[in-house]
Amino acid sequence: MALLVTSRLAALVASLFAASILVFAVVNLLPGDVATSLLGVNATPENIAILRHQLGLDQPVWLRYLDWIGGLLHGDFGTSLLSRTPVAPLILSKATVSAPLALLSAAIALAVAIPAGVVAGVRYRSLSGALISALSLGGIAIPGFWAGLLLATVFAVQLRLLPAGGFIDWSEDPVAAFRSLVLPATALGLVQGAVLTRYVRSAVIDVQREDFIRTARAKGLTRWQALRRHGFRNAAIPVITVLGIQLTSLLVGAIVIENVFFLPGLGRLLFQSVLNRDLIVVEDLVMLLTTVVLVVNFATDISYRLLDPRIRSSR
Amino acid sequence: MRRRLPPSLLIGGALVALVVVVALLSLVWTPADPYNVVVPDRFQGTSLRHLLGTDQFGRDELSRIMAAARNTLEVGIVTIVIAFVIGVPVGALAAYYRGPLEEVAMRGADVLLAFPAILLAMLFAAVFRPSTLTAMAAIGIAFVPVFARVVRGAGLQVMEMDYVTAARTFGSRGWWILIRHLLPNVSSVLIVQATIAFAVAILAEAALSYLGLGTPPPAASWGRMLSESQNYLYQAPLLALWPGIAIALSVLGFNLLGDGLRDLLDPKLVERLPAPG
Repeated sequence: MALLVTSRLAALVASLFAASILVFAVVNLLPGDVATSLLGVNATPENIAILRHQLGLDQPVWLRYLDWIGGLLHGDFGTSLLSRTPVAPLILSKATVSAPLALLSAAIALAVAIPAGVVAGVRYRSLSGALISALSLGGIAIPGFWAGLLLATVFAVQLRLLPAGGFIDWSEDPVAAFRSLVLPATALGLVQGAVLTRYVRSAVIDVQREDFIRTARAKGLTRWQALRRHGFRNAAIPVITVLGIQLTSLLVGAIVIENVFFLPGLGRLLFQSVLNRDLIVVEDLVMLLTTVVLVVNFATDISYRLLDPRIRSSR
Repeated sequence: MRRRLPPSLLIGGALVALVVVVALLSLVWTPADPYNVVVPDRFQGTSLRHLLGTDQFGRDELSRIMAAARNTLEVGIVTIVIAFVIGVPVGALAAYYRGPLEEVAMRGADVLLAFPAILLAMLFAAVFRPSTLTAMAAIGIAFVPVFARVVRGAGLQVMEMDYVTAARTFGSRGWWILIRHLLPNVSSVLIVQATIAFAVAILAEAALSYLGLGTPPPAASWGRMLSESQNYLYQAPLLALWPGIAIALSVLGFNLLGDGLRDLLDPKLVERLPAPG
């Protein structure tokens, strides 16, 4: 097991390195000089040269890469081209919006998907099972941002129960801050929950066909008893793999939904930096989000091996 | 005896056919000019003249939804072609030659897989300025590893088959085996994968256009129509409904078609794609 974790860890580091090269290459090697685009077409060559020097653009590419990656590793994310403020504290403050949003959405998604998927899986031949299946299929087809727009129309514009957008900081009014997260998290959680329901359902259906469930039933256990004692632990393995993949789409969903509800989180920051061509912030954020994806994949890989002794022993 | 077709195939096929017919029809006929601005007619409700009402510039909503169907299909087709043209050869060569080439290609695919389509599109938009082209390129490139991996996975099985060994003993060359034996035998898994990827491409394009990083105005796109409707939720809440229904029905259609084709063709190795928000 220790050997396995070490080798996966080495693969993770190699992937992070490759991803950082890719991000850096797209931002730095492709046409379009940051200094020229910042100063506009009327800039004098002297001004461009000064800015290029300030930004370190006159240095060789490999040195700039080492500078960037070394900074990231030390928590120095560079300085925003636009606001001229350090990026790291900016990202940290925005994460206080995005992280709770993502966690709340994930909680809602699981709260929907596990019961719905189990019922649909156990009763997959009956009407209730088919109904849940159809609903989840419909839910998958709905873009998260549209779900957010619809929820905002009903609960914010028509019923005036919750805010349609904006955010009051946690330190000012934690209740109001939470209230502004409810609609976006629900929109994201329901759509993600629909996707997850399908996987929970098929995992539960598959596990019911296993020999050990038949044996348990033959011993005299009811269907639910057999599933509780032997089924769900086994059904969890494929679901956890999917959970890792889904976390990626939750992350992307959060980027989009923050812009629907004007939440000042990482997604909004990324979007505004893209529009302003604040390439340093974009570069840092893309690298940060990719790191989250890779680390989650790593954790998923390890955890499902821990859950299933068969995979663990066979490496 | 004829096999019964799976119901998902029929429903999905019908929905996809509907989108295609509407998109083609919009080339020659729409109820009104989708770009014709008639300001006095803005925010009209549903009527016989405007079946789905009019938008903030008095343009006919139904006509715009029809025109946007074309945009959606264009983006979907181009992204799948990009993913195909790069992903399929990489996967096929990896399965055929194995060794270091396979190792490098698959590790590269793993890394690229860590970049969700929308994140890649935002990176491209920041560097090149947002356009339909950056959106299509980003979504297409994000799909490349998926296609490379399924082709390699299915290709490895094909390479074990007796007919490939037979072809080798006859002295067939590598490229002939690739074209004659490997590609036809991975085609069913590719068809299913492409159908499902199409649905994801529609969602990704809609999200990007919603953010203003996809199809620029005045061209009609469902995502942008939704983002514009958000400013008028009080005056015309229904404008936030129609483009969303169009997106959902198209995505549902391609998903069902993919499921149905999977049941019909029964490939084992289709990859899951993370759905974008």
